[in-house]
Amino acid sequence: MLKEAAVETQPPPRSTLSSNVNAWSIYDTYQSNFEQQQQEKLQAQGKAHPKPPAPKPVHVSLERKDEQEIIKVSRQSRTVERIVNQNTYDEIAQDFKYYEDASDEFKEKEGTVLPLWRFSFDPVKKLAVTDICWSETYSDLFAATFGSYNFLGQSYGQVCLYSLKNPTYPEYHLSTSSGVMCVDIHQTYPHLVCIGMYNGTVSVLSLQTQGREPVCLSKTVKGRHADSVNKVRWGPDNMDGNHNFYSVSADGRVINWQLVQSELRLTEVTSLGMPEVKNEGPDGTVIPVRGCGSTFAFHRTDPSVFLVGTEEGNVYRCSTTYSSSFLSAFSAHMQSIYSISWNFYHTGIFATCSADWTVKIWQQDVSSPLFVFDLAAPVGDVAWAPYSSTVFAASTIDGRIHIFDLDIDKYRPICCQAVIDMKKTRMTRVSFSLAHPIVLVGDERGNVTSLKLSPNLRKKPKEAKNADAKRLFEIEQEKIEKLLSIVREPAA
Amino acid sequence: MADDGDAKKDEGEKKVVHTYPLCRQSDMPEEMRTEVMELCVTACEKYSSNNESAARMIKEAMDKKYGAPWHTVVGEAFGFEVSHECKHLLYMFFGGNMGICVWKCN
Repeated sequence: MLKEAAVETQPPPRSTLSSNVNAWSIYDTYQSNFEQQQQEKLQAQGKAHPKPPAPKPVHVSLERKDEQEIIKVSRQSRTVERIVNQNTYDEIAQDFKYYEDASDEFKEKEGTVLPLWRFSFDPVKKLAVTDICWSETYSDLFAATFGSYNFLGQSYGQVCLYSLKNPTYPEYHLSTSSGVMCVDIHQTYPHLVCIGMYNGTVSVLSLQTQGREPVCLSKTVKGRHADSVNKVRWGPDNMDGNHNFYSVSADGRVINWQLVQSELRLTEVTSLGMPEVKNEGPDGTVIPVRGCGSTFAFHRTDPSVFLVGTEEGNVYRCSTTYSSSFLSAFSAHMQSIYSISWNFYHTGIFATCSADWTVKIWQQDVSSPLFVFDLAAPVGDVAWAPYSSTVFAASTIDGRIHIFDLDIDKYRPICCQAVIDMKKTRMTRVSFSLAHPIVLVGDERGNVTSLKLSPNLRKKPKEAKNADAKRLFEIEQEKIEKLLSIVREPAA
Repeated sequence: MADDGDAKKDEGEKKVVHTYPLCRQSDMPEEMRTEVMELCVTACEKYSSNNESAARMIKEAMDKKYGAPWHTVVGEAFGFEVSHECKHLLYMFFGGNMGICVWKCN
């Protein structure tokens, strides 16, 4: 006889567990467990009164510890920020490095500019870009100052230092009580930055200090500027070894400021007197009239010679050693001169641009301009290119950038492109980068836009193919000499 | 929790690193848990440089004592999701940076 027996069993009950094991979770678990143990110990020992205050100081010290921890990773977080920016703007970074407009091969006398990053910052959205200055030591660092050109609408100002590696936030920013009109980064000490403001104050900032305060202000110095400071420029260290810089202002004076142990001492270099304009007071006394300095430019090789442009359209050539008279003066434009720029290669050539719609190229000692270009709108800024002796760029208020290469075309720009939306804002400044093939333009909405120059704009002569730096310099000089010999009238 | 661990204080930073064995999660009965924790501590101290040997030692001892099949993971950084028989799981930390997970499942 066969018997069947069957048993059904259920599997033992199961459940799941999932978790992550890493160094910080282990640490946190230990910390909380330890604290729990401490509290249990205190309870066991029966100490009632320290208990309420005991948890509170623990929490406070934890917060302070957190702050210190965060400061420790500031360098790392900055690197992470840059990497995130690079990933976000990856196409722009690739364009910046590698994009060369292929259609330039087919365009003979034309080039284009390609917009790259746009640097904007919330607090400066309502301000105009008043000056842009590249750092000579760090090729990706530039300073931009923000203020207002409006006589009636003056408010605060800002200085921002941006790096091309981080287009979303400035590396350094400082807000000031008055609009900042100009900036210069020291050529050899890149942590020193001098700025000039609308209310006549000049200030020196040091980027090394952790705090944001300027090193010194000129607010209380006797004899300081009475009107807006329009341009500043660091000069070479003087004989005492003190850093010094020059400033030109709308009150018609050029002042040399010395930085002596975080104090500013001023020496007046020159005063832009206009003896031919007679201004008589009510009782017949003649009040000396001073021209309003709107810009100046130092000679590239001789640091004591500089040109000053005024709002009346005159250009004065002055020297830092003679304060009473000018080396020469001539009337350059009908309206105020906004910018003067010396050529990088031929030290006697300079360009001026003015509100009278023209850009004029001059040679030292020659009273009539070599070239005159009419750009159909007030020209805000002109700048020679650092890589070529015949290329310069001008920005007009209607938002167009004009790039000329006198070697290719003496009469028309090889690039005339609108880069700023004319309906929204106007363009103020233009600046060439010293190391990269890009140009920065500023507008009235506080944006600095970077533009890449297409190959046609950066053309080098054929001999320059395998030349070294010195030979390149000579080639550029020969190029402009050849140009000048065509243009200049033969001496009678 | 046995407080037989060391506290390491760095100069100037006062960071206390606890190394005592800390049970993060377990549903074993009490005596089983303490035994298993001691076993894990012994294994990790013996094979401090080789996680595989430590895990092997733990698993073979557990199989012998409590019946096959047991599974063990020993490491410093891992994530896991496991199904285990109820009352046969231990998940603990040891040595400040070591995590051990031991479970039984068919």
